[in-house]
Amino acid sequence: MTPLLTTKGLSRHFGGLRAVDGVDFALMPGEIRAIIGPNGAGKTTFVSLLSGRIRPSSGTIVFDGADITGMPAYRRVRLGVAYTFQITSVFANLTAFDNVALPVQRTLTDGRSKGQVRAGVMAALERTGLADRAGTLAAHLSYGHQRLLEVAMGLALKPRLLILDEPTQGLADSEIDNFIVLVREIAKSATVLLIEHNMPVVMDLADRITVFNSGKILAEGTPEQIRADVEVQDAYLGATHG
Amino acid sequence: MKDVSLAKTYALHIGIIALLFVLNFVLPDYHQGLFARIMTLAVFAMGYNLLFGYVGLLSLGHAMFFSAGLYGAGLTVYHLGWGVPEAFVAGVACGALLALVIGLLALRTSGVAFMIVTMMFAQVFYLLILYFAAWTGGDQGLVIQQTSRALNFGSTSFDLTNPTVRYMSALALFSVVLFITLAVVRSRFGRVLVAIRENEERTRMLGYDTVANKLAAVVLSGTICAAPGAAYALLFGYIGSSFASVQYSILPLLWVLLGGAATTLGPLIGTLFMYYVTDITSGFTSAYLLIVGVALILLVLFAPKGILGSIRQRWLGWLP
Amino acid sequence: MHFGPHLLLAALEGLVTSAVLALTALGLSLVFGVMRIVNVAHGEFFMLGAVLAWAISTAISGHPAIGFVAALVIAPLMVGLVAFFAEWLVLRRLNYNPESTIVATIGMLYIIQQLALTFYGPEARPVEPPFSYRILLPWFGYSGYKLSVVAASAILLVLTWLVLTRTRIGLIMRATQYDRETAQAFGIPVERVYAGVFAIGAMLAAIAAVLIVPISQAHYLMGQDPLLLSFIVVIIGGLGSLRGTVVAAILIGLSDGIISMFFSPTLAKIIATLVVAMVLVFRPQGLFGTTQR
Repeated sequence: MTPLLTTKGLSRHFGGLRAVDGVDFALMPGEIRAIIGPNGAGKTTFVSLLSGRIRPSSGTIVFDGADITGMPAYRRVRLGVAYTFQITSVFANLTAFDNVALPVQRTLTDGRSKGQVRAGVMAALERTGLADRAGTLAAHLSYGHQRLLEVAMGLALKPRLLILDEPTQGLADSEIDNFIVLVREIAKSATVLLIEHNMPVVMDLADRITVFNSGKILAEGTPEQIRADVEVQDAYLGATHG
Repeated sequence: MKDVSLAKTYALHIGIIALLFVLNFVLPDYHQGLFARIMTLAVFAMGYNLLFGYVGLLSLGHAMFFSAGLYGAGLTVYHLGWGVPEAFVAGVACGALLALVIGLLALRTSGVAFMIVTMMFAQVFYLLILYFAAWTGGDQGLVIQQTSRALNFGSTSFDLTNPTVRYMSALALFSVVLFITLAVVRSRFGRVLVAIRENEERTRMLGYDTVANKLAAVVLSGTICAAPGAAYALLFGYIGSSFASVQYSILPLLWVLLGGAATTLGPLIGTLFMYYVTDITSGFTSAYLLIVGVALILLVLFAPKGILGSIRQRWLGWLP
Repeated sequence: MHFGPHLLLAALEGLVTSAVLALTALGLSLVFGVMRIVNVAHGEFFMLGAVLAWAISTAISGHPAIGFVAALVIAPLMVGLVAFFAEWLVLRRLNYNPESTIVATIGMLYIIQQLALTFYGPEARPVEPPFSYRILLPWFGYSGYKLSVVAASAILLVLTWLVLTRTRIGLIMRATQYDRETAQAFGIPVERVYAGVFAIGAMLAAIAAVLIVPISQAHYLMGQDPLLLSFIVVIIGGLGSLRGTVVAAILIGLSDGIISMFFSPTLAKIIATLVVAMVLVFRPQGLFGTTQR
């Protein structure tokens, strides 16, 4: 099987700081991959490079056989690389419906009927359990619901690769359980790449885990392998959990 | 619930147009003339509102688009002897072309730099009118003769200097642009524009080419603003450099802020209100600029949403 | 006159323009630099300074120098007071939102202009220079007062620089400019700093106007050109850079003087404005400091 996404020597420097430093990375279609690592390890910079929000200093990114290194972010989204923000950035002054209608109407290529948009929006809202709040302004939704709305927007893009940046941050335990079910559901139709600090969530969800440290990949493997890895424990698990 | 608000929206807009139609036969001469002018300038404000209200781009140079229409129409009639429809199209085309060029340049900037750049381009346009005074009439302006301002359909001829013809022409332009605005706002394009206003980065990450969408909005806004400029030259028969001055870039901002940014009818209400405030106060003070200044400050301080924006927020959530 | 002396005269005139422009632009630059707002009413503070200078100097009898000196002291203080209240009444309540403050300062522009028209009138009125000594050059005589304007401006610029770099007030201003929140956390009264900076910015414009008014007369619309030119200087010179402001002011003043002597002033303005707009379009980050992205 060929990877859905690969990077070769991907780097991004901010002044003298090597935020991402020569990363070779491959992601298989259909997997759920978690990226973990201490704060400042370069995780968010790395996925920002993948989504096109920032430009790499050097290296290449290949998605589905095509070099997308110099491609603007909006065109990557159209290819199927969707990104949900770490800090919730739904359109606060628009209704939940309109928030989701934006990605839905763009993916619709056939017809211009309002009915199609409506159907697409309601489908995405139902999958995330927000259907009964379609008419509510996003600003008036609870924090947990805003995060779900963010995911619904990502879903509505019909992505092939969905990048989730710390999706469970700030969620209550019960919400996290629902969230895990939702991500499994999404993974049936898309590859999922998530940055996550909550280790139980990572261990539960991920097929494979990539550990970042100082802009480089420190280790990569199944949850069991990572759990057993001494180096990782020193760099990360040990540092944050004891 | 959506359909009810849709019906209400159309009823309201058609009602306003019908009311304006009836007013033609009710208003005294002086106010009939004033209303024709207000409707024309309200279209200018509507074009401005499209960019400022819906996309959130604050331009300080829209006088150049209005004047592009004014001079595009006025000069072709004055120097080339073109007919009214051709001149109107020429004016609108000038505005569209100028908006395309300015959009390509100015959209490379954002925020405060965008305001200053648009103001500077408008200043260049203004100075060019003065520099080429031999053709444009400079700050004296040019008067377009009554004979060149007739609209001929076969054997029937409409004299645009006739008060009723003038009023109805202005109303026709106003109605067309009002429904264009309404259609744009309710369209997918309109939804994207609002999304750009709310959060451009997020909109880009939903797969939208935000620069292209903003450029389309600038061109549409500039074109709409050129139409009342062209209409003004043909209906009122005067073109002058004062319409290109900074003040005429500030006025649509004031009208839109007053009436309510990002509302379809706000521009009309703001223009109407401001014109009558000026008209009434001119009886005891000539301090027109003072009123403009005080109104601007009071608006940003106490009513940033304007008249219609506040009404929408409090009572009528369905207002477009 | 031959070309050489002609050019010298143009350069001298340009130098006077530069001197006044540097002071005015410095005021605008300080306000933008520290408060991050664009003060569109800046040109009107300039005009107000000139008009007040006329009022004060005509109210005081005796030798013209007495009236002028009085104007030089009192007019900027009055303008500073007006600016202080404008900041306190309006800008502070807008929380210094960039777009709202632009609209608000446009409002101030119209109010000040209209008040000047109402109380001062539409005429252009001269102020007598404090002295009328002429320096005789081999080709022409040149006003000693004009040269003294250049000297006065240079002294004021050096003073401002000293205040900004060597005093506690300057340190507080720079800290506020660098990071408002942190400055506040360190106990700097940010609101008072802002009010002070806004007043000082206006006063610099007013001083420039008092200096120029014996040469170019006071008029209620005289604020427009300095505003535009100050924008140009601030953009070219780079923000918050005193040296950049001075260099750009000399550049713009000299080229304005020389171009206007040989070309139509309208054409000169068209070219200058277009060039600056293009600079902003293609190099916004370098010229507007770090505020833009």
